[in-house]
Amino acid sequence: MSFFDAVFYLFAILTTLAATGVIIARNPVHAALFLVLAFCSAAGIWMLLEAEFLAITLVLVYVGAVMVLFLFVVMMLDINLVKLKEGFWRWFPFGAVIAGLMVFEMVWVLGSRQISESSRAVVHAANYSNTKELGKLIYTQYVYPFELAAVVLLVAMVAAIALTLRRRSGVKSQNVSEQVKVKKADRLRIVKMHSESRAEGK
Amino acid sequence: MMEWLEPIQKMLGSAWLPIWTLLKIVVIVLPLMGAVAYLTLAERKVIGWMQIRIGPNRVGYFGLLQPLADGLKLLMKEIIVPSGANKFLFIVAPILTLMPALAVWAVVPFNAELVVANVNAGLLYVLAMASLGVYGIIIAGWASNSKYAFLGSLRSAAQIVSYEIAMGFALVTVLMASQSLNLGDIVRGQHGTHGLLNWYFIPLFPMFVVYFISGVAETNRAPFDVAEGESEIVAGFHVEYSGMAFALFFLGEYANMILVSFLTSIMFLGGWLSPVPFLPDGILWMFAKVAVVLFLFLWFRATFPRYRYDQLMRLGWKVFIPVSLIWVVVVGVWMQTSYWLW
Repeated sequence: MSFFDAVFYLFAILTTLAATGVIIARNPVHAALFLVLAFCSAAGIWMLLEAEFLAITLVLVYVGAVMVLFLFVVMMLDINLVKLKEGFWRWFPFGAVIAGLMVFEMVWVLGSRQISESSRAVVHAANYSNTKELGKLIYTQYVYPFELAAVVLLVAMVAAIALTLRRRSGVKSQNVSEQVKVKKADRLRIVKMHSESRAEGK
Repeated sequence: MMEWLEPIQKMLGSAWLPIWTLLKIVVIVLPLMGAVAYLTLAERKVIGWMQIRIGPNRVGYFGLLQPLADGLKLLMKEIIVPSGANKFLFIVAPILTLMPALAVWAVVPFNAELVVANVNAGLLYVLAMASLGVYGIIIAGWASNSKYAFLGSLRSAAQIVSYEIAMGFALVTVLMASQSLNLGDIVRGQHGTHGLLNWYFIPLFPMFVVYFISGVAETNRAPFDVAEGESEIVAGFHVEYSGMAFALFFLGEYANMILVSFLTSIMFLGGWLSPVPFLPDGILWMFAKVAVVLFLFLWFRATFPRYRYDQLMRLGWKVFIPVSLIWVVVVGVWMQTSYWLW
């Protein structure tokens, strides 16, 4: 077994263990952290395939942003695990059949000699840049699908914001531009007064 | 340069590469830890002078042994784990803060040859590693089982995620200007006959400002230190930590400050390049620029009051992100014209 294989098996075992951890962890925060580990090890495997752009983007987007927000929400939720685990054994046979089917499909497809021979990772020259190649493809050959996908995402984002936007009355908020524009004259009044003189006479 | 190493290289055979890389890591991390220690002293001295005080001057001549005394004190202290805390995550959290801060140094070039890993996707790697630092803070806040710590970690997570976007866009303009993700090539792209006029801080000036301020926010430094907020939530995410576990947070924060200073120098201030054409380039220029940027960090802390939380979010989302989005377009158009001189 070469060094390359050893690294691959290390990452593969880590990914599988972490993925199992996501399911069996009793604490939702632990489950989310296991998912982070699974993403990181999957990124490691992609890195081995010289797909460094995908690997780093996986860490950057999923681990760095999505999972942070996920953790954020999971930490604040009060999740009742007993209720969640209810009916586990009733649905277990159903889940097991689906899992078995998926394993069978994967073994069938990936195990066949034709595919495993033809889909070996291509070995690239030392100065090959995965990022550059992907960029070239996305912005030339696939420019329309790519832009279309971007627009769909934008629409989804706007829709999500529009759906959750509620205009409530009586909300107290700061008007920042007003705060910034405040002049001394608006807040402060200087009153000229004569100094009191000592009471004379009476 | 490294001819004298060849006999050793032959003797060790295939074990050479890991050993050599480990050596390089040690050569970077040890001075970094020293720099962190003396940065704390510099901070106390500089802020002291700005506030017309003397600063630490009791331990050693000029207070020079103060960081060692502080380190020793923290080492001797007991680490107290609060009751009801998640023990494993409580201990892991400080490590998770420090590790990404150290991992980024793998791609940071000190001069034309001195870099541990000369990777092509260096800039992306920097962004990815920088985004991992927030986990330490979130987990620390959650695992402490304390309200103040939890509030601090929530604030910090929201802040870091917000400023990361502006930071990423600022780096996109650097990437456009240099046409490379390799940090060494980014510095080489700023090489020219006019010295400092060739550096990217001139065409990308708004982005330079956005990047540096986002960097201050990402490292949770004043005036963006709402994660700690001593006056409102005691010390935020690390309120329950003591001893060496607390020291690791401290190390992580200062290592991140030094890192942001290095990245600012590399991407906007020409890295190891000399500011005037008649002087040679060299690693000393790099250190000089980093020192100037670090001084800005300390200056900020001594000068500005802490941002209110809503002001902080407003600055990130309503000022920095629109400015950086516009500047990406401006740079794109500018580069197509003949007025692009960089």
